[in-house]
Amino acid sequence: MDTVTPPARFDPRGLVELDERVPGTAEIDGDRASFDARDLTTRQINLELRRLVYDLGVHDITVMNPGAKHSLGVGILARCKITFQGSLGYFACGLIDGPEIHITGRVGWSACENMMSGVCEIDGNAGSLTAAALRGGDVVVRGRVGARTGIDQKGGTVIILGDVGSMTGFMMQRGRQIICGNAGHGLGDSMYDGVLYVGGKVASLGIDCVPGEWTDADTEFVTRKFGIYGLGDPPELQKFVCGKKLYNYDSLEPSERKMVL
Amino acid sequence: MCGIAGIIYRNGNGAHRVGADMTRMLQSMKHRGPDSTGYALYRRPSTDLIMRIKLADGEANGDIEYADRLRHRRREVESRLRAAGARIDSIEDINDYTIAAALDYHGELKHLADYVESVPGAEVLSAGSALEIIKDLGDAQTVGTSYKLDGYIGTHGIGHVRMATESDVDISNAHPYWAYPFSDVAVVHNGQLTNYHQWRRRLERMGHRFASDCDSEIIAVYLAQKMSDGASLEDAMRMSLEDLDGVFTYICVSDDALGMAKDELAAKPLVLYEGDDMVVLASEEIAIRAVIDREIETYDPYESEVMVWTR
Repeated sequence: MDTVTPPARFDPRGLVELDERVPGTAEIDGDRASFDARDLTTRQINLELRRLVYDLGVHDITVMNPGAKHSLGVGILARCKITFQGSLGYFACGLIDGPEIHITGRVGWSACENMMSGVCEIDGNAGSLTAAALRGGDVVVRGRVGARTGIDQKGGTVIILGDVGSMTGFMMQRGRQIICGNAGHGLGDSMYDGVLYVGGKVASLGIDCVPGEWTDADTEFVTRKFGIYGLGDPPELQKFVCGKKLYNYDSLEPSERKMVL
Repeated sequence: MCGIAGIIYRNGNGAHRVGADMTRMLQSMKHRGPDSTGYALYRRPSTDLIMRIKLADGEANGDIEYADRLRHRRREVESRLRAAGARIDSIEDINDYTIAAALDYHGELKHLADYVESVPGAEVLSAGSALEIIKDLGDAQTVGTSYKLDGYIGTHGIGHVRMATESDVDISNAHPYWAYPFSDVAVVHNGQLTNYHQWRRRLERMGHRFASDCDSEIIAVYLAQKMSDGASLEDAMRMSLEDLDGVFTYICVSDDALGMAKDELAAKPLVLYEGDDMVVLASEEIAIRAVIDREIETYDPYESEVMVWTR
């Protein structure tokens, strides 16, 4: 057992969270485990999750009373199932690669940021910047979300059953979003590529976001995704894509350009 | 980055532990701003005008004349209150440099406040029949304990934890701001205003005074100006969305209402819980959880939204 105490840090404003030890409070039953997060700090909860997933190889974990704490379930890079019974704060489940996560409450800003693969299902509402810079995997929100959903999205699928705020799909580069409710102003502003499906009303389209042509592949995709998550029949959707009017790329490197000139 | 919070109880008997609830909410958001903490708390209106006055700021460095200076200022403030036509019913010494005076005064509030503030170093933190603003350096635990807010009973309140970005770390630059010279109105703000100097010059020309260099003070004075022109709190807030430039989410309170406004970019966060018993709003849900220990439905308001709740 390691008994070395970490050196005290200079922390005049009392903001640094100490180097915690793994609490080890989870009740493990074969391939399943659960623990109560009520009295644990953010760091302790994440360390406990890591111990269960990486050290013990537990594949089904339930976290009770997360209490809207920030940065929970981040950076999990293994296939497993995690259920949060309650709400999470900011930066929930960011940078994950592989896990299937289910959150029974709501999440704050920047949930599933930079997620690589896996699934994150959120039963409640979500804050702004949900699925920012999403690279892969599916994010399903059953409630409504704030502004700038899927900003800089580079892959994967975002499904929102409620309304979305302004600048949804801002600078999106790849991937798809299925929005069943209404969309706020500036939908798909400055998007490079990817597809936005909207079921409700669009307050206004952003720069260079235009209606797209519906194909059988779209029907197949939406129906398949709704089937996977048991969301019933999809509503009638409108498709929006990039108009590519802003495509003014120069394929030459700066040094090559000099040679041409 | 700052943290803002507000709470209004809907069963309006006015006997709620608003001080303790606000401290719990603000302490849970300490990471958003550890520089200073402020409260604007409301209780059932009294017949007196309650004026909280600060006598010194950032000069409690123990120099030999400090105590004398404070005594002199206090005497001076008292005599000016009387000279302006107020009857002093009681004066409470909150700490070395803050007093709360209960006044019988029926004249123009601007006249009284200006006369008090003509004492060098004195600043009126708040004035009203129900409002009291408490603000100081340190986190919520520190301020709440030193001002004994744990036992504060009231009807509603707002609070702020500050991470200074635009101006100094001292009491004058801490939130909430009283909507000088409009009684019982206070504001907390999270964000930055980019047309601050324009509006400050404009409002100064109209005769308003500014106690700090903080951009957020504009919101309070702006709302006061619009309301003295006859606008309701909600209308004044709606006008501010057009007139103020920058990123902001702010919470504004009057003696019977609490409202929020969010800029057109929705750049600053706010989470809302609307229950039958109370409405709680904060920059982060973790603050709402600090006062409600059960699963609740919360959501983020969208851009350009203004909402007002009454108790």
